[in-house]
Amino acid sequence: MISNLLRVHDLRVSFATEAGIAHVLDRVDFTIAKGEIVGLVGESGCGKTTLARTILGVLPENSARIDSGVVEFEGENLLDKPSEELSDKIRGRAITFIPQDPFSSFNPVFTIGTQIMELMKWKSPARDDPYYANSASRFWNGYPSTRYEADKGRVLELLREVQLPEPEAILAKYPHEVSGGQRQRLMIAMALLPEPKMIIADEPTTALDVTIQAQILHLLRTLARERDVAVLFTTHDLGTTYEICDRVTVMYAGQEMETAPSDGFFNTPSHPYTRDLLQSLPSREHGIKGIPGDIPALISPPGGCRFHPRCTAASERCSVERPDHTQISERHNVRCFHPVAHKSVGAAS
Amino acid sequence: MKLLVLVLNRFFWFFPTVVGLMVITFTISHIIPADPVAFLAGDNASNEQIEALRRQLGLDQPMHIQLWRYLIDLTQGNFGNSLYTLRPISDDLSSRLPATLELTFMSVLVSAALGIPLGVISAVRRNSPLDHFLRIFTVSGLAIASFWFAILLQLLFAMDLGWTPLQGRSSGWGPEHITGFFVIDSLLTWNMEELRLSLSHMILPVMTLAYPAMATIVRFTRAGVLNAMNSNYVLYEEAMGFPRRVIIWKYVLRNALIGTVTQIGLIFGILIANAVVVEAVFDWPGLGYYAVQSILMSDYNAIMGFTFVAGVIFIIVNLIVDISHGFIDPRESR
Repeated sequence: MISNLLRVHDLRVSFATEAGIAHVLDRVDFTIAKGEIVGLVGESGCGKTTLARTILGVLPENSARIDSGVVEFEGENLLDKPSEELSDKIRGRAITFIPQDPFSSFNPVFTIGTQIMELMKWKSPARDDPYYANSASRFWNGYPSTRYEADKGRVLELLREVQLPEPEAILAKYPHEVSGGQRQRLMIAMALLPEPKMIIADEPTTALDVTIQAQILHLLRTLARERDVAVLFTTHDLGTTYEICDRVTVMYAGQEMETAPSDGFFNTPSHPYTRDLLQSLPSREHGIKGIPGDIPALISPPGGCRFHPRCTAASERCSVERPDHTQISERHNVRCFHPVAHKSVGAAS
Repeated sequence: MKLLVLVLNRFFWFFPTVVGLMVITFTISHIIPADPVAFLAGDNASNEQIEALRRQLGLDQPMHIQLWRYLIDLTQGNFGNSLYTLRPISDDLSSRLPATLELTFMSVLVSAALGIPLGVISAVRRNSPLDHFLRIFTVSGLAIASFWFAILLQLLFAMDLGWTPLQGRSSGWGPEHITGFFVIDSLLTWNMEELRLSLSHMILPVMTLAYPAMATIVRFTRAGVLNAMNSNYVLYEEAMGFPRRVIIWKYVLRNALIGTVTQIGLIFGILIANAVVVEAVFDWPGLGYYAVQSILMSDYNAIMGFTFVAGVIFIIVNLIVDISHGFIDPRESR
């Protein structure tokens, strides 16, 4: 058994909305191993982003509430830690973030260099190095000048690695002066600079042109592999998942349904939802086949397995009890009382 | 580069704006049914004497001829003479302008220095008791009539408590005249007694002017900060563990200030208008007090002169606002 870097267990998160309490995450289990690239797949509104934000500890303060569960990172429950410690030691250090929209995620009124160096000031691995501790501050801002120079060298080096031309010139620019693809390359560089153990990439390519998406994803995969960094990658695009992920977890209406290695996920989907989802991809044999019914409202979700009203295999038991994990093979788990038999499965893509 | 274009553009529009302003003010001041000549000639003047005086002042001409003459004089820097004191208007204005500007600058300074931090705190602690208190405090500031507030301040701090002077600009001779700004002049001549006097005389008028101005700044800063805190870049900065104080006081504030700076520009204009009332209450020897006197006596040239100066100040302040936008928000200047 590979030891987990991150283990989310029995996580329930709800949001207060004007229409009532929305139960956005329902008893979610999720793991990611060291250096592993895991895709978190699901439709919009299935709770992917909420899960990512819960791990990072940046849920909206006023409206979100964590009802139960643990988020263990390297064996410690992050939900028990004071927010100052999370902000100082975990966020931007051990776990970094690549946002969905590189257009609006840069602060528009500061240069890219200012923002990257601000990150380095607080999150550079050299921050803990006693060698820099006693050197004089740069101007008045408490950033030791020798460390600033060293950090800047690392920044330029990494900008070259993410294939940005003229890194020096880019640092002097404002975010609106560089292209979307370049901004996402900068975001990847910023996620790698603190030398994290895990990167949470929240639909990192949704806002980009299709032609650039593949480049960015492969870049992210290559750099993460080289550094043995785990990546939690949320997406609603099954194709990109297959290309870059080691393992896939599929979510539906706030519940995770199935977790499988990429091959197993695409070739032997065991949850009826996964099977239907894969069949909904356009193919030569059956065209586009939708799943009948609608996504449930999270304010009054169906009991038990939330997919049961739309499921062809559903039984009485599915509507009252949430299935526990059934192991299909090593690392392949499904939460279903009536998993799809392997032989009858037609590969979808 | 864009900045230069902006300045040239403003410079180009300066003249049509000022001419438009003068035409409107001229028309309004001349169609109100008041006859400065009859007032000037006195109760015992005969009709012939009044008409002679009218001809002498050029007020017998049709209005458009008078306006044309006035504008021609203005291009030569000639504001005309006061109908009553016969002193050149330009002398009156230049001796009074520093007093008003000193009051206005000080009020803008105080209201921004208090209003911006209070607005940020109010947004960060949204819906806390402090935020509710500040909301009541600022709404009162916006609703209050400044002449009434000024008199209340006088009654409390000057009459009852005796902490501040009642009115005037200085109870001494004033510092040696260099710039006309008492605070600057007393600093330049290192006259601490005059500095103390001029500052203490400023307390009440500045409080009167700065309170509603500060209220506006608090409201706008609060709205700007809340807006910025909902943005994706703040989510990113939080997710990357930037310290909260850095996020708020550096990254959020700079974005929030874009709206606040625009307001400060408008406030500057409103303050000059408010100074008319406040200077009258505090007997402050500035432009506002002068304008009130000239309106009461239909002293056309003086009214026009005041309008001209106020208009030019307003145009300059707006230019400064536009330029500072360029510095705060790079998307504007490139």
